[in-house]
Amino acid sequence: MKEPENIVEMKQVLEAALLTAGQPLSLDDMLKLFAGRMERATIRMLLDEIKQEWEGKTLDLAQVATGYRFQAKPELSAFIARMNPERQPKYSRAVMETLAIIAYRQPVTRGDIEKIRGVSVNPNVMRQLLERDWIDVVGQREVPGRPSLYATTKHFLDDLNLRSLAELPPFEDFAQSEIPLDS
Amino acid sequence: MLSIISEIKINGEALTELPQDLYIPPDALEVYLESFEGPLDLLLYLIRKNNLDILDIPMAELTVQYMVYVEKMKAIKLELAADYLLMSAMLIEIKSRMLLPKPVEVEEEDDPRAELVRRLMEYEAIKLAAKNLDEMPKVGEEFQVAHAYYQHVADIKPPEVSVDELVEAWRNVMKRAKLNSHHQLGRAELSVREHMSSVLRRLQTDGMCEFSQLFDLEIGGLPTLVVNFLAILELAKEGLVKITQQAAFSTIYLQASNAE
Repeated sequence: MKEPENIVEMKQVLEAALLTAGQPLSLDDMLKLFAGRMERATIRMLLDEIKQEWEGKTLDLAQVATGYRFQAKPELSAFIARMNPERQPKYSRAVMETLAIIAYRQPVTRGDIEKIRGVSVNPNVMRQLLERDWIDVVGQREVPGRPSLYATTKHFLDDLNLRSLAELPPFEDFAQSEIPLDS
Repeated sequence: MLSIISEIKINGEALTELPQDLYIPPDALEVYLESFEGPLDLLLYLIRKNNLDILDIPMAELTVQYMVYVEKMKAIKLELAADYLLMSAMLIEIKSRMLLPKPVEVEEEDDPRAELVRRLMEYEAIKLAAKNLDEMPKVGEEFQVAHAYYQHVADIKPPEVSVDELVEAWRNVMKRAKLNSHHQLGRAELSVREHMSSVLRRLQTDGMCEFSQLFDLEIGGLPTLVVNFLAILELAKEGLVKITQQAAFSTIYLQASNAE
């Protein structure tokens, strides 16, 4: 095995690794490809070049929370979706509202979620989000019962094609008109 | 803006007449339970769509209705009955406080309805945020991730490298990385809440941590450090971490509040 010597060879190594990974690769993952003989800044530069080379082709090199991945261009997705006609079942409103509370108010306990929604949290709802690996437990609050604190995971950001929570629309955007007290 | 439940149907007929109060006919109960996510949701709907005045609800009548209701619900879903009951208790409390004359010396008492309005509006925003999350394109639905086939074969072991060589090489890289550090200004996309979660996650795995270890100087630069610091302050404020220092200028330690 001969180590890549020029930019073209290095880009080939990176591209092949990204295409076969099936999940985002972090800069640390990609450094491993070059057995220590590489710097982060160089990898970033090479990734930029690869990204440009793929413009006008079938795949985009996208950056998400856990790293970089190739994904089909959005305009092709509708066609690919035809191969799997049974679409993923939609989550219930309870699941989505719980997810929204965790995303915008994390770290939160079940009690916090119940306070905002005004109903008790169905354990099934939390299980669905935990199994999807969209939320996890990051600690316990020091109050009686030591309730678990939930937060969203990087996997959640990956699945929504986001690099950071800051890329979600700000919560203030969802505020509606004031409810008048004197009617 | 809020197309919450234009699709409510009772016995196959679209709901045209809105309920005048919070009472739900038992026959329509199951339909309602599916259409609303609880009493806050129902109350919000009534206020927004029906201009319901929170104060004009006949409380005595409502209480009687709710008690009948709870009896009927025992067989179906008791926890849900409890949620609705709690809400009517809260409404009654608000009404009682509004009816009582204000003592002269207490001039600036908060409006008892303010807290309910705050909760209703927060819930309303969460509902929209949830709808927005639901509509965002997701991997496996609107996004397909490339996964070319690759048969993993047993790796050929690379020649051994001595630790000293590696350390020396790494030092050089670090040295160069320092020389080459760029100072770029841009709009930082950082979330304090996200950093709070990651600090907590770290403390969960590592137990006690030195304050300085929580800052990675290599990644992200100054804005990240500042946001990380803010996250630690916020965690301390919320009582989620304990910060200790034995003496002035000695090492500061952080620990998750739940750690023993």
